[in-house]
Amino acid sequence: MKRSSLFVMQLLFTLLVCAFMLVPVLMSLLAGLTRNFFVGVSSGLTFDWLIQVWQAYSPTVWLSLQLAVACAVCVCVIGVPAAYALVRMNNRFSRAFEELMVLPVAMPGLASALALLLTYGQFGTFRSSWLFILVGHVLFTLPFLVRPVMAVMQRQQLPVLEEAAASLGAGLIKRFFSVVVPNCRAGILAGVLMVVTLSLGEFNLTWMLHTPMTKTLPVGLADSYASARLEIASAYTLIFLLMIVPLLVALQAISARLSRGERR
Amino acid sequence: MTAITIRLKGCRKAFADGTVAVHDLNLTVEGGETLAILGPSGCGKTTTLRLIAGLESPDVGQVFFGDQDVTRLPIERRDVGMVFQNYALFPNLDVAGNIVYGLKIRGMSAPERNKRCEELLELVGLQQHGKRSIHELSGGQRQRVALARALAPRPKVLLLDEPLAALDAQLRERLRSELDQLLRGLGITSVFVTHDQGEAMALGDRILVMEQGRVAQLASPREIYQQPANAFVAGFVGNLNAFSVLEHTPDGVKVSGGELPWHAADRPATVYCRPEHLRVMEGEGHLHGHLLAQFFQGAQSRLLVDVGGAQPLLVDSSDNQLHAVGAPIALAVAPHMLFTLNA
Repeated sequence: MKRSSLFVMQLLFTLLVCAFMLVPVLMSLLAGLTRNFFVGVSSGLTFDWLIQVWQAYSPTVWLSLQLAVACAVCVCVIGVPAAYALVRMNNRFSRAFEELMVLPVAMPGLASALALLLTYGQFGTFRSSWLFILVGHVLFTLPFLVRPVMAVMQRQQLPVLEEAAASLGAGLIKRFFSVVVPNCRAGILAGVLMVVTLSLGEFNLTWMLHTPMTKTLPVGLADSYASARLEIASAYTLIFLLMIVPLLVALQAISARLSRGERR
Repeated sequence: MTAITIRLKGCRKAFADGTVAVHDLNLTVEGGETLAILGPSGCGKTTTLRLIAGLESPDVGQVFFGDQDVTRLPIERRDVGMVFQNYALFPNLDVAGNIVYGLKIRGMSAPERNKRCEELLELVGLQQHGKRSIHELSGGQRQRVALARALAPRPKVLLLDEPLAALDAQLRERLRSELDQLLRGLGITSVFVTHDQGEAMALGDRILVMEQGRVAQLASPREIYQQPANAFVAGFVGNLNAFSVLEHTPDGVKVSGGELPWHAADRPATVYCRPEHLRVMEGEGHLHGHLLAQFFQGAQSRLLVDVGGAQPLLVDSSDNQLHAVGAPIALAVAPHMLFTLNA
């Protein structure tokens, strides 16, 4: 049948595209577990590379996690009130500010990092601490939280809910925490998910901002690609995936449950 | 607790685009009274309510609660209870959570809060619903929760913005009488906004009819209906038949279709009456015409009768007798049911 042959062709094409994208990932994972990649799988499988990576680079993993969590907290603390203010103001100034906020995303990370270095590089202690990288990450990830939170705030009938809370005696701060934040949970969570993911994988900015004492996982990865065996670098990728995939799945599940709850 | 008087003194409110929503409004709502603000959309009724609530502040003028000038107080410090048009229940809290919200803000202890919550759930007939999510409630139940939430902190004033508009007709009727009993039982000063004249008549001790930001009339429902201040009020509350006077006679006025009894000293150019005050007569009547159409409406039927005037007369008849289209119809009206209007 004509239709079924078309279907088979479409299926083949889809599978081909999937394979094109997935095979390199699988190859990389396999490389991290192979005793000698140039000989092939016949040389045997091993966890040695993973252990070596962990011994050499485990501080970068912890630093990356620490940065991601700190970044998410900072972005929440800055971003949620900022989104609220932008939605409430809704004038030319607030729209201009929204555009301005996206600038670090549009700009090459290296350029933003250079700007930070030029401005704050002279403060030695700050420059050499992990907080310097945190500033870069917060700048870069802020719009990824503010945007979805603003979208949720605009969709909800927040102004009326706030008026209701005010009529019951709630002042601005109280209203923000008891009405605005709980009703924007889905947006905040989606934003946090995005921010954590971006912060964990951020390379451009971080590469410029890091010091030998403040290497994050992606920076360490680049380091190992440049200086160590291919198997080490691949094992490193494997560790990164082991770390980020469960995180992504967990956060996705939470946000799915939340949005289901809100539709009901 | 004695009920509080609300006074607006020369309140004016204009919006950013320059339209004046409320013109120099002077209004006193007596303690314990239920005032209905009635008018078409855009007449300034909601703005008036929001001025009282403190959700808007007047450009000019003052708002008093009792002797206290509350003009500059925001809503959260005015101690008002408010029921919003779409209820604005907090979706993140359950029924009880919504009701105790205002009590929590006031720092009431948990046992006291729960006790008050039970009282209110009983007051609005939702005893077993405290743990329900807002999403599980019907429209009528939401309305009751909104009312309970507004009343929980024992506000000085209760304000309701189109409280029944979001409900279907049957439920509206039932909740209207419940609301009426509740408001009377509480003896709280309350103001509500509506575009539904039936609701205003049923619930309001007095009705404020507004037109384009001004007071058209402020009076009891009976007065509003029987002695409307002007043609706008008369037309807005119920239907109206207008008769252009052709000639004044010693004991009446000649109009198209016949002669109406008129004994007052003034010589109006137009007289009016309500559709239900025109009676269909068997033989002779004041007016003669023929039937254009008849609409059966259950308890009564509405007749359109052409007496040769500019517009056919509306007649509400309760006898439900069917007339053939084009049949001659004689109509009579009691002299005291005719009235005149200031333009």
